[in-house]
Amino acid sequence: MTKTFLKLTAASVALCAGLSAVNAETLRWARAGDSLTLDPHAQNEGPTHTLAHQMYEPLLQRDMEAQIIPALATSWEPTEDPTVWEFKLREGVKFHGGEDFTADDVVFSFKRAMMPTSAMKELLNSIKDVRKVDDYTVHFETNGPNPLLPNNMTNLFIMDSGWATDNGCEAPQDIANGGDNPCVRAVNGTGAFVLESRKQDSETILKQNPNYWGKGEFPLEVTEIIYTPIQEGATRVSALLSGEVDLIQDVPVQDLPIVERTDGLKLNTAAQNRTIFFGMNQGADDLASDTVDGKNPLADNRVREAMNIALNRDAIKKIVMRDQSAPTGVIMPPFVNGWTEALDAYPEYDVAKAKALMEEAGYGDGFGITLNCPNDRYVNDEGICQAAVGMLGQIGVKVNLDAKPKAQHFPLIQNKETDFYMLGWGVPTFDSEYIFNFLTHTSTDKLGSWNATGYSNPELDAKIKSLASETDQEVRNATIAEIWDTVKSENLYLPIHNQVLNWGMADKINFAVQPEDQPHFKFLTFN
Amino acid sequence: METQSPKGASARPEFTEKVATSTWQRWMDSDIWHSYKSKPVIVVSSLVFVTLVLGAVFSPFLSPYTPFDPSSLNLMNGFTKPFSANDFTGDYFFLGTDDQGRDVFSTILFGLRISLFVGLVAVLFAMTLGVILGLLSGYVGGWVDGIIMRVADIQMTFPSIMVAMLLYGIGKGLIPPDLRDEMAIWVLIISIGLSEWVQFARTVRGATMVERQKEYVQAGHLIGLKRWSIMVRHILPNVTGPILVIATISLALAIIAEATLSFLGVGAPKTQPSLGTLINVGRQYILSGEWWILLFPSLTLLALALSVNLFGDWLRDVLNPKLR
Amino acid sequence: MLAFIIRRLGQALLVLMAVGFVSFAMFKFMGDPVENMLGQEATAADRAELEERLGLNDPIIVQYVRYFQRAMSGDFGVSYRVGLPVGEVILERLPATLELAFLSGVIAISLGFVLGVYTAIRRDGYVANFIMTASLIGVSLPTFLIGVFLIWLFAVNLGWLPSFGRGDTRSLFGVDLAILTVDGLKSMILPAITLGLYQMTLIMRLVRSEMLEVLRTDYIRFARARGLSQKTVNFGHAMKNTMVPVITVTGLQFGSIVAFAIITESVFQWPGVGLLFINAVNFVDIPVMSAYLLLVAVIFVTINLIVDLLYFTIDPRLSVGSN
Repeated sequence: MTKTFLKLTAASVALCAGLSAVNAETLRWARAGDSLTLDPHAQNEGPTHTLAHQMYEPLLQRDMEAQIIPALATSWEPTEDPTVWEFKLREGVKFHGGEDFTADDVVFSFKRAMMPTSAMKELLNSIKDVRKVDDYTVHFETNGPNPLLPNNMTNLFIMDSGWATDNGCEAPQDIANGGDNPCVRAVNGTGAFVLESRKQDSETILKQNPNYWGKGEFPLEVTEIIYTPIQEGATRVSALLSGEVDLIQDVPVQDLPIVERTDGLKLNTAAQNRTIFFGMNQGADDLASDTVDGKNPLADNRVREAMNIALNRDAIKKIVMRDQSAPTGVIMPPFVNGWTEALDAYPEYDVAKAKALMEEAGYGDGFGITLNCPNDRYVNDEGICQAAVGMLGQIGVKVNLDAKPKAQHFPLIQNKETDFYMLGWGVPTFDSEYIFNFLTHTSTDKLGSWNATGYSNPELDAKIKSLASETDQEVRNATIAEIWDTVKSENLYLPIHNQVLNWGMADKINFAVQPEDQPHFKFLTFN
Repeated sequence: METQSPKGASARPEFTEKVATSTWQRWMDSDIWHSYKSKPVIVVSSLVFVTLVLGAVFSPFLSPYTPFDPSSLNLMNGFTKPFSANDFTGDYFFLGTDDQGRDVFSTILFGLRISLFVGLVAVLFAMTLGVILGLLSGYVGGWVDGIIMRVADIQMTFPSIMVAMLLYGIGKGLIPPDLRDEMAIWVLIISIGLSEWVQFARTVRGATMVERQKEYVQAGHLIGLKRWSIMVRHILPNVTGPILVIATISLALAIIAEATLSFLGVGAPKTQPSLGTLINVGRQYILSGEWWILLFPSLTLLALALSVNLFGDWLRDVLNPKLR
Repeated sequence: MLAFIIRRLGQALLVLMAVGFVSFAMFKFMGDPVENMLGQEATAADRAELEERLGLNDPIIVQYVRYFQRAMSGDFGVSYRVGLPVGEVILERLPATLELAFLSGVIAISLGFVLGVYTAIRRDGYVANFIMTASLIGVSLPTFLIGVFLIWLFAVNLGWLPSFGRGDTRSLFGVDLAILTVDGLKSMILPAITLGLYQMTLIMRLVRSEMLEVLRTDYIRFARARGLSQKTVNFGHAMKNTMVPVITVTGLQFGSIVAFAIITESVFQWPGVGLLFINAVNFVDIPVMSAYLLLVAVIFVTINLIVDLLYFTIDPRLSVGSN
């Protein structure tokens, strides 16, 4: 099918909806996991948001290049009072059920997403109030100025207030109390696709929304989506190779060459917004899992430096990741505000120098320690850890690897029960502050919840706190740079690499990889 | 069928076994040797088995590398093709290397060792448990018999991998984290052993019930021999043949069960991989062209289990007088 | 008879309670469900609050009793992972597993019988010996490897059969079944073979040894002596006698078919209860795990009861309480 023909088809669809069934272009799409729920505020998780994005829409969203574009809002800016943002809403938008989209729906949806049973509430905790000004204007009042407010809204979906209330799902479901609500099974959004049928973990079918407001603005060449989760990597790739599906996410790195080699298939690649690194408990006086008594070898920056240069990141990239990673010297992907090439540069692999540093620090004979690692979370996570064990072994650090499923690994970090651990971090707000808040601020009730390094620097904490309300971008960026300098020179973390995303697809598909691993199928075109 | 009880909770037909009480003498009979010689398949499989066992026993001396000493590994050796040298390092690996640059030949030898160890010890455990319970059940009878056979019935229907998963879950909680990898093997052994003892117990019980009625046992009892000594000295030798057959077949079952469990993440840990663990890791390379990581451990496991199975099959036929 | 059933049911209930308790004791070590339920932005306070709300801080025995009380009234809770009532989720998935188990059982029994009878009649033939040896290959490799291999061969290289999923389904009395459509049947072939291979070998060997034994009995010899045709003797008399033990053993194996379905379903993305269980384990979805384990326990208790009743009817000597 030629492109012109399809364009003609699309045009005729617009003219006469009855014809669309004849020229339907179905996309069969598979990835490792299924969406967990259709309730747009009940889970804050990638695959769940991905499916929701096809049917529900946020006020503003990230496009296929991860740039913020208008969705249900047409403009947004702070008012004269920097704590109040004004959002102008798109007019003439209808929900799948035919209801009109108005400011009431926005107010309702944000209030719903801020309820205790919502999984999205943490992203909105800077919001004090949401107010309807008129039918197509909404004001957001924040606790203190929040220059990044829009960045927190890209996965915040708008529901129809009337529909939700009629169905008894004014609040996100409360799993603890056996709460079951219809919004878990049904969808009424404004998005480009309408839910046709869904069987959890098996098959979800979406049909194009004939009344979508974005007609003419987006390609909208896909008329039907059949989404199947396929958990096993080999089975997923097999399904693509045998032509049973047209597009897969999460191609296992070892299978990239065969997808590329196969006639009729291609591979699209993009850097992912996620960095993989090791954390070290440097704050404790003594470590539980090490072989040194009475002191903490990781507290010595020379030891951390030695470990840093003992990691052969290029070898990890080449062998473990099959060239599908971007080694880095900072725990921040390049998309993030604050990233510089200088920060990204990683030290040269130098065993001799590392050994000398170990000697200097008084650990010439090395020491033993346990590395906690997930085995089902990141791309080849356990393989990276195994490789690191070998590399650290060369400078005398005898690492005992403890690889576990994510459900057992992450609590170790949160409960600060690990001395040496792997963690990966994505930055949904695309700003350094997000990283500092969770990973470098002293671990307290609110901030530093993922900082298991025991690192605490009041001066740094003060700088991090100042970012939240600093409205002068230049001052703010200078502070960010200062914080990064400290984090890097102190070797707070041992960065490994940024992950690379690969989507395998049929040749007929034109679809760039989205850095957040979030395909928006309204952008997809066929050739 | 002498394994069926005249009374008792219940009795079910045996499904791998139908062996009459045979004697140790018959086992040594030249008929067996004759049958062995005339079956080239059996000769080959027993030779394969012996070779594999020797390979496992002497793996520390036979393996050219020390695959599980991380500091001896060079990541750049990863994915070296078999029968050729690595492009970067120039190191040669007979059967290639895996994703971490470990020599596949060495990992197979060590994996074989773990697989055989788990299999043998699990069968030994099942056999001990089964024989003791079978003797007790058959000789004492009454409510003891009732309870033991009831438990056996339950055990029979409860899927072995469920038993293993449950035990593994509990074991993981009870064992301190730093001992977990070492203890994982023992948890496996116990869970696999627990699902295999019933066959032994049923066979021994049946034979014991028959023997108990015989005059020499009654006489021994009259002249004041202890019950245990009668059972052990007189009954056990009579069931050696059937037990041997069951043990052989259980060994194959146990080795495969362990491999299957590795898929569910409850098999031997990666720091002490069995053949099953190696296959489970290698499975992800089935499409990628690095076939050696999957093929060689799979062939080794196949050779091991098949040779044991074939041998067990032959043993059963040859020891069953009804089929001669 | 009634007393017997009541006693057995009482025992069954005890087994159920035990399984339930063991699983509850185990969940604690499988990880923290809260970790999966909240996004990475969640604060320590959020986590503590959710843990409290889910009652995860209570002693295991309290959680267990609470769970059982609810389960008795048919409320199995809501899945932590997908937010749907567990009863509904399991009922929706159960047909997929049952039809897969059914088809693999049919394959195992029919092929097992045919091959078993053949290898018994042609005891020393080359073909029979080859079948005997080849059938052992199926039990000398782990299930998951056989499944992966079948996908590689039949889906990727030959392109004959689907590699995953259930294909089209058709509704029968409100239950969606794949076995009723051609597409669904095609999707079932590979997983059913993977699941049934082991049982097939088992049945074949059992049929063979039963046949060999029956063929030696006096009455078969007499039948032959009377001049009945080989076919009548083999199939009319000998095979009939092997049926009972074979069917009993197959019935006993049903529990393990359901258990092994966990592996087959994961490999083939077959949306049954086994896949549901694996997903639940990964997510630490306690309500689903508990319900699944209870279901397995119920299945196996039922099988036991049926088998006991069968014996009871077949063999009057096993009258209850005679010992």
